Amino acid sequence: MLKTRIIPCLDVKEGRVVKGVNFVDLVDAGDPVEAAKAYDAAGADELCFLDINATHENRGTMYDLATRTAEQCFMPLTIGGGVRTPEDVRALLLAGADKVSFNSAAVANPDVVAKSAERFGSQCIVVAIDAKTVSPGKWEIFTHGGRKPTGIDAVDFARTVVAKGAGEILLTSMDRDGTRAGFNLPLTRAISDAVHVPVIASGGVGTLDHLVEGVTEGGASAVLAASIFHFGDFTIREAKEHMAAAGIPVRLN
Amino acid sequence: MSLTVVVDYESGNLHSAEKAFQRMAAETGAGEVIISGRPEDVARADRIVLPGDGAYPACKAALEGHSGLQEAIEEAVQVRGRPFMGICIGMQMMASVGREYRDTPGFDWIAGEVVPIVPDDPALKVPHMGWNDLIVTGSHPVLEGIETGDHAYFVHSYQVVVRDPAERLAYAEYGGEVTAIIGRDTMIGTQFHPEKSQHAGLRMIANFLTWAP
Repeated sequence: MLKTRIIPCLDVKEGRVVKGVNFVDLVDAGDPVEAAKAYDAAGADELCFLDINATHENRGTMYDLATRTAEQCFMPLTIGGGVRTPEDVRALLLAGADKVSFNSAAVANPDVVAKSAERFGSQCIVVAIDAKTVSPGKWEIFTHGGRKPTGIDAVDFARTVVAKGAGEILLTSMDRDGTRAGFNLPLTRAISDAVHVPVIASGGVGTLDHLVEGVTEGGASAVLAASIFHFGDFTIREAKEHMAAAGIPVRLN
Repeated sequence: MSLTVVVDYESGNLHSAEKAFQRMAAETGAGEVIISGRPEDVARADRIVLPGDGAYPACKAALEGHSGLQEAIEEAVQVRGRPFMGICIGMQMMASVGREYRDTPGFDWIAGEVVPIVPDDPALKVPHMGWNDLIVTGSHPVLEGIETGDHAYFVHSYQVVVRDPAERLAYAEYGGEVTAIIGRDTMIGTQFHPEKSQHAGLRMIANFLTWAP
């Protein structure tokens, strides 16, 4: 039986972890590779690196990071942030990423998803959707870290990028991100029901019950969280055991 | 010294496959692992790994686009019996025909076709993406220590349906049976990514690197 994935996400700026990873045994908590190794050992199902300050000048640090991680962690790695072209996808895949996530570039031009999926396959093309509630049951895409409205309906956009070849949706609720109030479940359910590809729920996790709800009520195939893991509130193992107790299939061995 | 060639035909993520094979080669003393798309390197290899991601026709075209490469692989595997491991699309290439987009001939080493995954439960998403447990039904030297219940990382929308059930060595449950491992004689193929499957995957890679049929 396919297991529900738990994905810790690391925000990276100029090659360093931004929020810090609060594990006692880390030599350098700011080194994403050290953090990745710790999560690998802890049984995370995948890892996600998000380059939050992606500029042309600092791309090299991200390639280097992907390479160093792939040398030491034999688990799937998704990299996002500042990905604009199929050439960016190729460079990240060659460096060691397994999946590459588009965000604002896909909003500006969904065809970049199609061009990338044709070349590299849908399985490695993720589209990150940042959405905000604009009225009950209505969600809009925001770009630029949630500051810039686009007028694009999130559910329509999810259908569009999947039709273009996106193999997975990384859905972040901008209303909930950083609040620890739980996923936006109606949004997660609406997107999950609208597309046939896996949806990763993100934004707002504060408790282990939130992870469960994302799957049982939101219909997510995977759950992504940052701070509850980085700050040591819960271990990956605790999260998985909690989900298993709620009847969700997870990988424990 | 033993040489393993990970075939580079500009398809998908070679780096993680290369690193995993190099790591396990170092741990097992299995010699050198190189990435190459040169037919002469394939010809002198003791073992061949064909990784790959992407659409079937594109991957086949990429193989054929490297002059002499496909012939070198076929010669090494079929004539000289060099151990071969196909991963993901590389495994699907072992089948007779791929039905993705259009019919594309494979190596035809394992009689069978590559068809879309159609889970019997419409709520199940495609691609089949993530960790699933293996149900091992066959035996093979590369599967030593691998048991039913071991987890492997899958990401695919198509699967190989074999004609001879004995050539399917393991499957996973996903709204029906999804082929996970195929093989016979000196060849084996995994639909999942052993280089991304932590313990079980690294074990299979180590088994392959030390296998001397």
